[in-house]
Amino acid sequence: MKNRWRVLENKIFVRWLSIVSIITMILLLVFFLTLLISSWPAIKANGFGFLWGKTWDPVANHFGMLPFLVGTLITSFLSLLISAPFSIAAALFLGEYYPKGLVPNIFRNVIELLAAIPSVVYGFWGLYTVAPLVSKIEMKLHMPAPGVGIFTASIVLSIMLIPYSVSLIRQVISMTPTSLKEAAYALGSTRAEVITKVIIPTNISGISAGFLLSLGRALGETMAVTILIGNSPEIPHNIFSPSYTMASVIANEFTEAVGNIYLSTLIEVGLLLFVVTTIINIIGRMIIKKVSY
Amino acid sequence: MEGTILRTENLRVSFGDNLVVKGINMEIGEKKVTAFMGPSGCGKTTILRAINRLHELTPEAKVEGKIFLHSENINEMEAMTVRRRVGMVFQRPNPFPTMSIYENVISGFTLNGIKLKTDEKNHIVEDALKKVALWDEVKDHLKKRATSLSGGQQQRLCLARAVAMKPEVILLDEPTSALDPLSTAKIEDLLYELKGNYTLIIVTHNMQQAARISDMTAFFYLGELLEYDDTKKVFTNPKNEKTQNYITGRFG
Amino acid sequence: MTPYDIQGLQGRRVKDRIFTSLVWGLTFSCLAVVFIILFYIFEKGIGSLNWAIFSQNPKPVGENGGGMLNAIVGSLMVVSIAAILAIPVGVSVGIYLAENRGRKLSDRIALAVDVLQGIPSIVIGIVIYVWIVKPTGKFSSYSGSIALAIMMLPPIIKNTEETLILIPTTLKEASLALGASYFRTTMKVMLPAGIGGIFSGCIIGIARIAGEVAPLLFTAFGNPALNFNILKPVDTIPKVIFTYASSPYDDWHRIAWGGSVILVSFIILLNTIIKIFESRWKVQF
Ligand SMILES: Nc1ncnc2c1ncn2[C@@H]1O[C@H](COP(=O)(O)OP(=O)(O)OP(=O)(O)O)[C@@H](O)[C@H]1O
Ligand SMILES: [Mg+2]
Repeated sequence: MKNRWRVLENKIFVRWLSIVSIITMILLLVFFLTLLISSWPAIKANGFGFLWGKTWDPVANHFGMLPFLVGTLITSFLSLLISAPFSIAAALFLGEYYPKGLVPNIFRNVIELLAAIPSVVYGFWGLYTVAPLVSKIEMKLHMPAPGVGIFTASIVLSIMLIPYSVSLIRQVISMTPTSLKEAAYALGSTRAEVITKVIIPTNISGISAGFLLSLGRALGETMAVTILIGNSPEIPHNIFSPSYTMASVIANEFTEAVGNIYLSTLIEVGLLLFVVTTIINIIGRMIIKKVSY
Repeated sequence: MEGTILRTENLRVSFGDNLVVKGINMEIGEKKVTAFMGPSGCGKTTILRAINRLHELTPEAKVEGKIFLHSENINEMEAMTVRRRVGMVFQRPNPFPTMSIYENVISGFTLNGIKLKTDEKNHIVEDALKKVALWDEVKDHLKKRATSLSGGQQQRLCLARAVAMKPEVILLDEPTSALDPLSTAKIEDLLYELKGNYTLIIVTHNMQQAARISDMTAFFYLGELLEYDDTKKVFTNPKNEKTQNYITGRFG
Repeated sequence: MTPYDIQGLQGRRVKDRIFTSLVWGLTFSCLAVVFIILFYIFEKGIGSLNWAIFSQNPKPVGENGGGMLNAIVGSLMVVSIAAILAIPVGVSVGIYLAENRGRKLSDRIALAVDVLQGIPSIVIGIVIYVWIVKPTGKFSSYSGSIALAIMMLPPIIKNTEETLILIPTTLKEASLALGASYFRTTMKVMLPAGIGGIFSGCIIGIARIAGEVAPLLFTAFGNPALNFNILKPVDTIPKVIFTYASSPYDDWHRIAWGGSVILVSFIILLNTIIKIFESRWKVQF
């Protein structure tokens, strides 16, 4: 009797484990379908022109997302570009120069603290510190000087990316086989040469995957960017222009969206964001997994 | 054989395509100590694990043939029931690191959700620890972590843990091979003590150990049972040449 | 050695020095940035803190004073319900992955978990909006918790898996050999042995969601009144920071700084707990 209960309990447990695991796996698919179904009215109404339409005029029910697309891409790539030298340097410092020891360990934890600051706090901080600085530069350049815009958002975003890039790239770098490095040293190479000619080339796919995953983060980063980008749905003229990103237009307009098509269009923007980040993450993770064996 | 407790019928175990145990037919006597001997890799551990149905944890392992506990086919029983009636002591001591010494001894009950009164528990713990001659060493710090014990003590604790469940058969897979000579001697003494009251199957590479404590000895070679007889006979007058070579130390 | 080699060698040495200095310089700038940001937040924030922030609800627009009691309560409520939902599921999936390593299905599940970690949080907000807010017709605290629970899953799953695979199989076998069921073996032997790693996975998950706004914008929404009802909308600290930061009022900015310092301190505290756990709470096998 008791035994039977234990057998049953066990069966339920094993079932539960596989059920929740499979649900977790198909969650992504369910997300996709949810977004697709909810954005279907917009997809039908807006057509393909939606992607390269230049005007965003919800009042007239005219939706073109090119401004957001451009804003998102410029902001993300710019922030990745700004953060790259810092990330690589810190990853080399922690993964190659000083992989062990108390001080590097503290350094690592300090850099990880950057990930502890919430996005919205980054945005608020940027508004008080980075935006005024950028505004000064803009005045020097005789431009309109709102302080907020692509450049400001990219700087703050680049800081937010550092902990992710560093931890991903550090892991890749620290997996370089010692024998390979020793071979290079034995040939009389300096450390800089070992790094630039052996460590980076052998890990190039892993490092790229690290940046790719960071790019995925940048594309979807919402709150800090929403606070700092200036929220202007127009194609930017230069990197100081106020702009708008896909994530921030959703954040700003979703709850105010009146009318089914408007809301559905915002969901369509979310669908695009989802598809792009999913693809980026699948590719990035597969590369990382491949190189870690 | 009179008083057979375990019987295998054409027991075959394979890992993937690799047939490791090649059709074993044997009977294990009740309240007897049976030693399994043979060169490394001949399948001794594999047979023990088949008796306890532990191969179910390894996806590529496949067990064919039948094993009877008394007259019941163990493959038709609940795995949990089989394992409760057949205890096992592993090569390396493996006490539960999160439990105290006391909790380790009683773990067979708690893990099976069997509720006992405190007196009963105390009684079982004391009894089991006395049987493995560990009581005097640990009775003052039963609440300590089991991992704080020495290797030999840990192994006796694992034996106590198995004994506490009053299993019908105890399987011991080289229980002393990871221990120092002194601890080995203690465990050997202990097994000698348990002799007559328990059915033990012990895998060992140690000839003296087998000769001293076992009633019967089985000699395996490349997954086959070459010789199985009274320990005395196997050691003094082995029928098979390979057995003879093995016990005279010419290989393995 | 030929003169050519010596010359080349010197040039290479100089290059090596420059490279090393560059690595040092850039690394130290990263560290400097951390201190600059944290210093700024704490300086602004601690000066802004007062008892009212913890004890009062917001004042109407334009009036000075007031606090974020509603948001502090809201954050605690949304985050703890998210944790209650996510931990059992996350730990279970982690167990499954640890048990079924190397199988195709579990590789796929593991990949899905990794990808889930990279999905923008705002998208999760939309999905929960479509699932719950739209059908029920109202914003609610629990819908926010569900969005955050999904975000918490990946770190819990990965930590559980990584912790469990490090536990020697002999331990599991010892328990099974005593006749214990797989369920009891997991609950009484495996999970206790891995409790440190699993716990830190949960804390990492909480640290990850405590500062999130994006998935709450259209789920938990916001609520200037104190609310304990999970069926109603609530404010959370990060949401209040967002609203106040985008406002023109100085006093709201002050309260937002106070909120920032509360939030950042809380998350740093969680990180510290994880570090202590990782070093102290190791089970000896
Ligand atoms: N999980 C497994 N997967 C694949 N092959 C295995 C597995 N376990 C055991 N084997 C193989 O089965 C054969 C028998 O192994 P077994 O452990 O039973 O030998 P043994 O007689 O106990 O040896 P020893 O004296 O060294 O303990 C070996 O060749 C081994 O490689
Ligand atoms: Mg063996």
